[in-house]
Amino acid sequence: MASTSYKVIGTRPIRHDGTDKVTGRAQYGADIQLSGMLFGDILRSPHAHARIKSIDTSQAENYPGVRAVVTCADLPEPEQKVADLGEGDVNLYHLCQNVLARQKVLYKGHAVAAVAADDIHIAQEAIQQINVEYEVLPPVLDVLEAMEATAPVLNDDVRTDSMAGEESADPTNVAKHFFYEKGDVEKGFEAAHVVIEREYRTATVHQGYIEPHNATALWNQDGQITIWTSTQGSFMVRQQMADLLQMSESKIKVVPMEIGGGFGGKISVYLQPVAALLSKKSGRPVKLVMDRAAIFEATGPTPGSYIRVKMGADREGKITAAEAYLAYEAGAFPGSPVSCGCMCIFACYDVPHGRINGYDVCVNKPRTNAYRAPGSTNAAFAAESVVDEICERLEMDPVEFRLKNAAQEGTRRVDGVQFARIGMRETVEAIRDSEHWKAPLEGKHRGRGIGSGFWFNVGLKSSVTAILAADGTVSLLEGSTDIGGTRTSLSMQLAETLGIAAEDIKPAVVDTDSVGYNDVTGGSRVTFSTGIAVHNAGLEMRRQLIERAANIWEVDASEVQYENGEVRGPEGKVFTFRELAAKVHATGEPITVKGTSGSENQAGAFGTHCVDVEVDPETGKVEVLRYTIAQDCGTAIHPAYVEGQMQGGAVQGIGWALNEEYVYDEQGAMLNATFLDYRIPTCYDLPMMDTIIVEVPDPQHPYGVRGVGEVPIVPPPAALVAAIYQAVGVRMRELPASPPRLLHQILQAEAVE
Amino acid sequence: MAKKRVVTTTINGKETQFLCQPRQTLLEVLRDDLALTGSKEGCANGNCGACTVLCDGKAVDSCLVLAVEAEGVEIETIEGVAPVDGLDSLQDAFLQQAALQCGICTPGFIMSAKALLQEQPDPSEEDIRFYLAGNLCRCTGYDKIVRAVQDAAAARLQV
Amino acid sequence: MHDFDYEAPVDLDTALRLFSEQNGGARALAGGTDLIDQIRLGRYTPDVLVDIKKLPELNVLDSQAGGLRIGAAVPCSKIYQNEAVVSDYEAIVDSCRIIGGVQIQNRASVGGNLCNSGPAADSTPSLIVLGGRCVIASTQGQREVPAEDFCTGPGKNVLQQGEILVEIRFSSRSERSGSHYRRFIPRYEMDIAVVGVGASVTLDETGETFVEARIALGAVAPTPLFAREASESLAGQPVNDETIARAAELAQQIARPIDDMRGTKEFRIHVTGVLTRRVLAAAIARARGEKEETRIGH
Repeated sequence: MASTSYKVIGTRPIRHDGTDKVTGRAQYGADIQLSGMLFGDILRSPHAHARIKSIDTSQAENYPGVRAVVTCADLPEPEQKVADLGEGDVNLYHLCQNVLARQKVLYKGHAVAAVAADDIHIAQEAIQQINVEYEVLPPVLDVLEAMEATAPVLNDDVRTDSMAGEESADPTNVAKHFFYEKGDVEKGFEAAHVVIEREYRTATVHQGYIEPHNATALWNQDGQITIWTSTQGSFMVRQQMADLLQMSESKIKVVPMEIGGGFGGKISVYLQPVAALLSKKSGRPVKLVMDRAAIFEATGPTPGSYIRVKMGADREGKITAAEAYLAYEAGAFPGSPVSCGCMCIFACYDVPHGRINGYDVCVNKPRTNAYRAPGSTNAAFAAESVVDEICERLEMDPVEFRLKNAAQEGTRRVDGVQFARIGMRETVEAIRDSEHWKAPLEGKHRGRGIGSGFWFNVGLKSSVTAILAADGTVSLLEGSTDIGGTRTSLSMQLAETLGIAAEDIKPAVVDTDSVGYNDVTGGSRVTFSTGIAVHNAGLEMRRQLIERAANIWEVDASEVQYENGEVRGPEGKVFTFRELAAKVHATGEPITVKGTSGSENQAGAFGTHCVDVEVDPETGKVEVLRYTIAQDCGTAIHPAYVEGQMQGGAVQGIGWALNEEYVYDEQGAMLNATFLDYRIPTCYDLPMMDTIIVEVPDPQHPYGVRGVGEVPIVPPPAALVAAIYQAVGVRMRELPASPPRLLHQILQAEAVE
Repeated sequence: MAKKRVVTTTINGKETQFLCQPRQTLLEVLRDDLALTGSKEGCANGNCGACTVLCDGKAVDSCLVLAVEAEGVEIETIEGVAPVDGLDSLQDAFLQQAALQCGICTPGFIMSAKALLQEQPDPSEEDIRFYLAGNLCRCTGYDKIVRAVQDAAAARLQV
Repeated sequence: MHDFDYEAPVDLDTALRLFSEQNGGARALAGGTDLIDQIRLGRYTPDVLVDIKKLPELNVLDSQAGGLRIGAAVPCSKIYQNEAVVSDYEAIVDSCRIIGGVQIQNRASVGGNLCNSGPAADSTPSLIVLGGRCVIASTQGQREVPAEDFCTGPGKNVLQQGEILVEIRFSSRSERSGSHYRRFIPRYEMDIAVVGVGASVTLDETGETFVEARIALGAVAPTPLFAREASESLAGQPVNDETIARAAELAQQIARPIDDMRGTKEFRIHVTGVLTRRVLAAAIARARGEKEETRIGH
């Protein structure tokens, strides 16, 4: 489907950082070694909810080998201020308390104090020497219970903020209430032939990146701070650090190391400010690395949720009205992605009349953070499951239903936004036309399901610098940290713009002092937005090369054209890119250009997935037999890495659907904070993941790119539970559809029969 | 503190001596003391395989091996996989197949896959998936990793 | 990690003396795949780890003299790569193939799995159904304990201070016998058993009657269980769905599981019955010499 006019876009070059990553030479955050470096560790709360009565660090300070101990007292008094981190906001007053607890601990694993010592073992021993006196408070772990008036309240400063700008009078766990309405909902339901209303629950799940959070800091004697860390946004780290430490951003340099996965979870700071404080106190560089239990217990999972969906459709299968109530766990501090859930829940469809209420609710769990299409997967599970039931009642093919109701250019969402050119319908058509959908599914206890999903994708700001070298190569300095191959997808766009080979671009992700401002690597934005910046830099380089050639040829620049990597003048004059590059130094100033982006907004992306499962009806175990992902990618720059995003996202969705969940005891202690019992899929759990790249170019990007990273996680849970229903006749309305839950439903259904 | 021990091993073909505390894991010594940071820590309890190295040709999680146990052992880490003049066919296949995204799990996968192909030169897809189940990847969905190992197996059989 | 000393004796007498002198402060280090993590978590705080992998007696893997001896330090991968074990002691192979991933199997030993005494240990039901006898030594001498009597509670067993497990012994395989171990896990690999069932059966010449059967359960009680009544119910009975279902019911009756993060009581009891039937069917097929088409973990 790809346009054939591109030379570089749509090809599959070897990624530029590939050799370093297959030889073990790539430097990730925890790999850094600095002379005189100390190792730190963090004391974490054993309680889910408690008031801190006192912290005594004196024994730890005197422990042999200890160089510094810090607590919240070492951080400036925080301000109430909201910072935009690209994939969600954060209130700095809360962020500060999350980094090192102040009056209260709000979840088990909440950081309370930290130690830097000569080696990690001493640091681990020393934190045990810190005495914290707690007054234990009752925790609240369930989102609906936390909304009740009698529930323990986590934060004294939180009032319900409604969209009308009103605030509740008393402290509450309900931090925000979102409300959207379109048309006349009651009238819409009256027009319906079928109305289905169901309740859904989803468990708290974690991003599950393999690389632990890490930060190494040097607070130099001149007052300059350098942070080496794995992050999705080095500029966001700088901003959060400056706000928390109440100092100028210019005092802080963030060096982004290779990042071992993020999925939204490595935007907020956890360790970075603590490492900086420890460095300041010890006068030495300090490295902090989280252990896996702390990652689960104290870093951004994505919320557990309660969702109620009501949807009506007429006899022909046209949706007449839809209504949703969403309550998402924010964790310890406000900020769940429930607003995104509200905006995504019916986004796949043209809903003439709709109403959505969303609630952001604090519970005694770690403060949630972004996770791949944050909020959308929970919502799609509920809405798509209702769609599946409507199709069953109408005896209608779910593909046909989706085609009949698909959102398209001009469709207005319930939250008011009107879609630009989008490819929802095309992804459904791609599944309809796939080998998978056409193949009969045979065998006992097998079922097939489909599901669709939407994610916005964002634009935001990027800056790059491109430097022409005399040998005809171009260095590309960028600030978008590369989690999944964006050095290459950006280099390919620059190569396409300049008409040279991808291999002739030398990309580097550089520190915050060495490139202009870049927003976070998130929101599926880098290949889109940093891509636009790269394209702009390429255009500027072309302009300067034209000017240079005109000077050399002593003609007017208007007589010179740039095409296919060549500069052409009158009378057959021509320079190849390399020839002209070789002349640059001798003929004028060096050519170093910048490119920026920031005014463009993506139109959003859709995906439709099809899955076959076999269920063991005696154990409730689900085997994924076959899986096909169709997704609108706009234009696939590097198809292999586009496929990789689709496959990886879908597998995270499969994990979410079948096995992943936070399990807590009544006191709020997470019981499964290991990769043994928090079960992300292994390769033995999966088949090959087939992909269909649909290309409906986004007109706002010069090459038609749409972000591809997030939407593939959205459809799997809905598609899987639809397939499970077909296989064994039970509807799973709670995630994960783990064997004990599914078997329970199967046994209940058998008992009724 | 317990008495430190001198341990003599061979690491990537080179005789290596190091001094360690008994409580240090092999992973810790490789990374922090010997600057071989290609082996990664993902979980520190044997569930993710990011720290996989070969001890006497057998894949092990180096986070669950004490450094003192390495006395007399031949250790191979990711840093020792590539020949002087290029890449091993497994490394090449991972690049050709785009079998990595963030890359943090890649060294562990390559070490496990290397052990697999030594034991089973012509594995089925099922064999590959079973053998590599001790290595977690959160980015790729494994599809391209399995294909890369299939390609590397084919390349090795051709030689 | 907690600070400890390390010793790696090369003969059994020295090792036993160390254990005796350390007065409970020593722990045996075999594959370390449980122990190192437990020390890291602070669950154990030993003064010294005694590496037992250099003791010849604990590295025995021998089927020469009729029967089988598995030294306590022999790693799982060595066991399932041993032809005699593969042909005659299938249940042990089934267990060893699924304990952790390959990296774990190259280190973890059946002896360690037994001494760790987890209720869900994957190899213990297999040792029980194959009539394993645990050889325990101390400076005072040796004694033998049947595998089903070895564990006494979660993380607890019959080893007294100064004692170590040396090896596990098995009688030679009877004619027309077969064994199998299977567990239920939510994924297909890398999990702890939610329920584990092992069975061994011996059939008569017709292949239609049980001469003897042994069934053992894991993860449904504080220790792995020998399902005595279920096992005895099969002796002399015809091989059919009813007798198998009856044995499965009897096995369910001794399961006394807890609700935990890995599974509910309801789930575990139900699946105990399901797996007992399936495991018996597979063991019977093996006893009959039938070819099997099973995928590990399925």
